[in-house]
Amino acid sequence: MTDPIIRLSGIDKFYGDFQALYNVNAEIRTGEFFSLLGPSGCGKTTLLRTIAGFEDVSAGHVEIAGQSMDNVPANRRPTNMVFQSYAIFPHMSVAENVAYGLKARKMPKEQIKTAVEAALKQVGLAGYGDRASHAMSGGQRQRVALARALVLKPKVLLLDEPLSALDKKMREQMQSELRHLQRAVGITFILVTHDQEEALTMSDRIAVMFEGRIGQLASPQELYRRPVNREVAEFIGVMNFLNVSVTNGAGGTFDCEIAGLGKATIPAEQAPGGVDASVTAGVRPEMLTILSDENSRSEREASGIVQDVYYYGDMTYYDVQLDGVDHPVTISMRNTAGRTVLSRKDRARVGWGAESVLLLK
Amino acid sequence: MKSGTWFKLYIGVFLIFLYAPALLLPVFAFNDSSIVSFPLKGFTLNWFNVLWETEALHTATKNSLLIAVSTAIIATSLGILAARASSRYKFRGQKAVMGFIMVPLVLPEIIVGVSLLVVILQMGFDLSLWTIVLGHVLICTPFCVAILSSAFLSLDQSLEEASFDLGRSKLATFWLVTMPLVLPGVVSAMLISFTISLDEFIIAFFLAGTEPTLPVYIWGQLRFPQKLPSLMALGTILLILSLTLLATAEYFRRRSARKTGIEDAGGFL
Amino acid sequence: MSGFAKWRRSEEASGWLLVSPTLVYSILLLAAPLAMVIALSFWTQDYLDLDKTFTLKNYIEAWSEPIYQTLMARSLKISAFVTALTILLAFPVAYYVSFYVPQKRKPLWIFLITIPFWTSYLMRIFLWKVILGYNGVVNGSLLGLGVIEQPLSFILYNQNAVVVTLAHAWVPFAILPIFVALEKIDRSLLEAAEDLGDGPLRRFIRVTLPLAMPGVVAATVIVFIPTIGDYVTPRLVGGPNGLMISNMIELQFKKANNAPLGAALALSAMFLVSVVSLVFVWMNRKYLVGQK
Repeated sequence: MTDPIIRLSGIDKFYGDFQALYNVNAEIRTGEFFSLLGPSGCGKTTLLRTIAGFEDVSAGHVEIAGQSMDNVPANRRPTNMVFQSYAIFPHMSVAENVAYGLKARKMPKEQIKTAVEAALKQVGLAGYGDRASHAMSGGQRQRVALARALVLKPKVLLLDEPLSALDKKMREQMQSELRHLQRAVGITFILVTHDQEEALTMSDRIAVMFEGRIGQLASPQELYRRPVNREVAEFIGVMNFLNVSVTNGAGGTFDCEIAGLGKATIPAEQAPGGVDASVTAGVRPEMLTILSDENSRSEREASGIVQDVYYYGDMTYYDVQLDGVDHPVTISMRNTAGRTVLSRKDRARVGWGAESVLLLK
Repeated sequence: MKSGTWFKLYIGVFLIFLYAPALLLPVFAFNDSSIVSFPLKGFTLNWFNVLWETEALHTATKNSLLIAVSTAIIATSLGILAARASSRYKFRGQKAVMGFIMVPLVLPEIIVGVSLLVVILQMGFDLSLWTIVLGHVLICTPFCVAILSSAFLSLDQSLEEASFDLGRSKLATFWLVTMPLVLPGVVSAMLISFTISLDEFIIAFFLAGTEPTLPVYIWGQLRFPQKLPSLMALGTILLILSLTLLATAEYFRRRSARKTGIEDAGGFL
Repeated sequence: MSGFAKWRRSEEASGWLLVSPTLVYSILLLAAPLAMVIALSFWTQDYLDLDKTFTLKNYIEAWSEPIYQTLMARSLKISAFVTALTILLAFPVAYYVSFYVPQKRKPLWIFLITIPFWTSYLMRIFLWKVILGYNGVVNGSLLGLGVIEQPLSFILYNQNAVVVTLAHAWVPFAILPIFVALEKIDRSLLEAAEDLGDGPLRRFIRVTLPLAMPGVVAATVIVFIPTIGDYVTPRLVGGPNGLMISNMIELQFKKANNAPLGAALALSAMFLVSVVSLVFVWMNRKYLVGQK
């Protein structure tokens, strides 16, 4: 594995008495698409701005490409930023915006022209150079902002919620374009977003942040399949939680009695935070199965009553109240050919497996 | 809608009330009679010719222009500093400081005039055009701060950060990004200060030494009935001048708002 | 924590550094002169000699002499009338521009309303003399229409004329804050009031007016305080019974050469209008909460 392009060590950030970041440690790999994901106010934008150099750290260090960034101002860091508002200079044309950073580097005029044209082509704006920047649409401004940052060939491109101002369709298009662009230029991208779907679909790795701390840093798959705690599990996708009592914890496995489901032996790696009185059992909706006909069998079965049915065409979501549990669990089923869709008040047999249950704190 | 009709009628009457003096000014300026009253006598340009021949008026005008230009430059400079400080930085006592700077906006002008007069005389200085500038800068600065604060506030802060991020120094950022975008606000502030200073009488009357400003000169002439028609002509010229300057100021302010992408319905205050 | 302290220090320092020239100017030319005036009001003057022994003589004179009492009371009364008339005139106009004029034309209307304000200040006052005079526009029109037989004489050279002229001068300053307050009202609040059963009048009294009060209070203060300081209007259109305290202050500072008494009168007038304004603001405090 290559050396990390960014190393964050022990970063604290205070605003007055308010602490925005608590001892943040992370390494971001060269060339990866990295996301900072979290609810608003979790410190993700603050962290991005400390990397960019707009915020001083109160404690700790930012290192970029092996160089300490202590006392290096934003204008001398090998990072560039795409702002949430895009921050396109309204008094300059598109080409002047893109050339802005190159002119600061005193690059010869001819070279600037070539570089600007190449950058505009890269983001799909070839021929737009002479346009007035305030006449561009939201999506186009976004591309100008990208071109303006990428033309400087930064070691790291920082993107602060760049898609939040776009409508749904445009956002989905830009998501795939950004991913392609990142692969094409090979620059490390760090994206700040509050949209878990966006983070999951675009990123190589994601740091989920809560209240100034990194809750988990992992690949999208790992985050979804093996969240380290209840907070992360709730934030990424849907997770059903059931009470659990652990009867025996010897030999790397836990013998459990899960409310509504029954007994199971769960391996220790499915209890990332260990086990104590506060632990609950978590299971994803698609890991539970409705056994809709007589012949279908599962390793383990439970039963309950269908409370609500949400039919989505390709999928059906059921809220099922398992026997002996006071709140329903969500179960998702693919509507394959010949599968019956149950109705409200129907009794349902629910199949499950011990390998899909997590013990979370 | 019936209430709507009454409303419009009121607005109509109100506008007549509001515009009555401004409309009478040109009427009497072109009226061929040495008495400023109805009925009108006929059309003449004579009163404008009188203005050309009055030496004292020219001197007063020069004095006023000198004062107004100086005031505009100084008040706008002070306004830029204060507006930038209040819109970009947070510091303890900020509200108190800004409130204090804005006080002349609600202070009776006679108090400003009187207090400056007392200090200048106590310090042993002579009254001159510059003492008037001191007073005018004091009352114009709050207007400049108000106009420029909104210009600085409507400037997206990430534009400056973007410039810095793209490798420019703070100074280069100020000249390349900040200044061009708030320039219309600066022009607008200067024009407003110029206009206020040009028309200000109460303070000027207290602080004027031997050299009168235009309003002080007009005040002196109001006592002589035979001078009145030419004063009407002068007033007409001043009105047109003020309106041109204000329309220009408003144009620049709007352009500023448009450039920074802010839609607003605000006026001069 | 040290890093934060450093950050705050630099931001604090930059802010103070930037604001300091303007602040120093205001201190030197506003605070210091006001302090000087306060000091002066406790001294005495005999022609050109200033006696710097502390005395309350000026204030005693300012508050006990019938002439000053009359002028002070009249000034407060005129300022109050001017303020009330200005607000009454201004509110419907601000309401009209905010609620009836299409969004795009609002700036134009605001511009229209501020134009007359830029007519030469002295000229404007003088023209009210022409309008209200014995052979003036008002009398001329009324005679012509046959409404009156004799020209009205009660409209010029008295306090009515002062009130009308000052109200005209200040009305744009009152319209703007009220307009801004009305613009800030979320229109869905009005729809909600209607939806909950209020007719137009009850809706206006229970929702629109309370929400517009911050603008009305601001307009009142902006008009009331400076009005006390006008000495040109009373002199030109007020006649002998229309003179105000400012004319006396001017007289003391200029012709009478009794600056200490003038200072005491000016400060007393300022004190009175400030107290009245503060009481007014305090009475309306419930409307001002939640405003920034």
